[in-house]
Amino acid sequence: MRTATSSLLTKDLLGIESLTPDEINLILDTAEGFKEVSERPVKKVPALRGQLVINLFMEASTRTRVSFEIAEKRLSADTLNFAASGSSVEKGETLIDTAENLVAMHPDMIVIRHKHPGAAKMLADRLPNVSIINAGDGAHEHPTQALLDAFTIRERLGRLDGIKVSVIGDIAHSRVVRSNIHLLTKMNANVTVAGPPSLIPAGIERMGVRVVHSLDDAIRGADVIMMLRIQLERQGKLSFPSLREYYNTFGLTPERLRIAKRDVIVMHPGPMNRGVEIASDVADGPWSVILEQVTNGVAVRMAVLYLLGGAHAVE
Amino acid sequence: MNVKKRLLDGARMNRAIRRMAIEVVEKNRGIDDLIIVGIRSRGVPIGERMAAEISEMEGKPVPFGILDITLYRDDLTTIAPQPVVKPTKLPEPIDDKVVVLVDDVLYTGRTVRAALDALIDFGRPKVVMLAVLVDRGHRELPIHADVIGKTVPTDANEVIKVKLTETDGDDEVLIMEK
Repeated sequence: MRTATSSLLTKDLLGIESLTPDEINLILDTAEGFKEVSERPVKKVPALRGQLVINLFMEASTRTRVSFEIAEKRLSADTLNFAASGSSVEKGETLIDTAENLVAMHPDMIVIRHKHPGAAKMLADRLPNVSIINAGDGAHEHPTQALLDAFTIRERLGRLDGIKVSVIGDIAHSRVVRSNIHLLTKMNANVTVAGPPSLIPAGIERMGVRVVHSLDDAIRGADVIMMLRIQLERQGKLSFPSLREYYNTFGLTPERLRIAKRDVIVMHPGPMNRGVEIASDVADGPWSVILEQVTNGVAVRMAVLYLLGGAHAVE
Repeated sequence: MNVKKRLLDGARMNRAIRRMAIEVVEKNRGIDDLIIVGIRSRGVPIGERMAAEISEMEGKPVPFGILDITLYRDDLTTIAPQPVVKPTKLPEPIDDKVVVLVDDVLYTGRTVRAALDALIDFGRPKVVMLAVLVDRGHRELPIHADVIGKTVPTDANEVIKVKLTETDGDDEVLIMEK
């Protein structure tokens, strides 16, 4: 059994929606301490020694899975990677059965990526003694991505309060944008979303964001421009005439950035479709903090793992 | 908690820290290869003051670093709330250097054990020394201090409260009773 030893975090990290600003700040502050660990000659601390973390990735992922795995290893946890392909899942095993079989091996934490919204929550409810970390559930949430984005903004701009963030692209299919809107609005940042009408869900204003339909309106005055990937695999068919037209209308190029603030930063959660939502000259240009996001991802995930796993109460 | 006794006031604390600085230089026969490293949190201001004393005495700066040992504690699972992890900052590589670890109170020795583990992850110092402002006894591990500001026998139910201007607005050391 666990008690709320860590005083702020619960057993699981399922989404940003249920976090308080204090909890978000605790995670970001803790991540600052962890960033330095990755710069040491010995990139490892013993904080989670003897704990078993299972990475249950039921959907393709490179960056997130690798980032979690590095974070786990730098905390000295034992890790086990379980992917859907080549496993019992292909033989028809249900998620609950898979999870209960894994739990019989006494893991301390499970990091789960699944195509269905609520998959992480279901595991968390079924498994009272295991911490569940949501690494993306369908179009619902991707909390560690939002946390690493916030960490990167805070590191670059010194704060989140009052910062103007424009999120551009496929708002409808993106769990990243949902988690980011929850986080940024909780921290009093001003969020604008932009994209073709077909990719902006009706009623998104209720989440506390401004909606614009032109790239120029989104760029003008923004401190942070967050480009989203056009998720070809989630759309079935395109929600706009062609990729070429999308690039001409919403693709971020150096020319389009001329009206931006001089010190604007450009983010992308990856993987990028170069030449679709972002031009290579922007992705690799002076505005880009895309690779910093990747580096910070490890520190933020270490902080989350540590705050959930380091808090084992021995009754 | 009641204040049982005032162990050091500001003036006596400053004299103790100055003497600790002198002892470090004496034991090391100078300041070659010396690095002062304060253990978070109250080892940091004490270490900074020692480094400043040594720099003034010897007429050249002595490197100063900060060690965060949170991730190396053996009681991570039992303390609440958990301390927020902060970065370790070492000014230069510690290989073949004389590292003086500085903390406020030496008690069970577990903090120092954690600090040694943390330090070794950064390299292989030639020598590690330990300097503490107060040694209150009750060791649970085979650890001793090389430089001590004040030794004081205590009961297990007493608490040593070190206050520093940098963190608490005032310099004093109190013995409190639970």
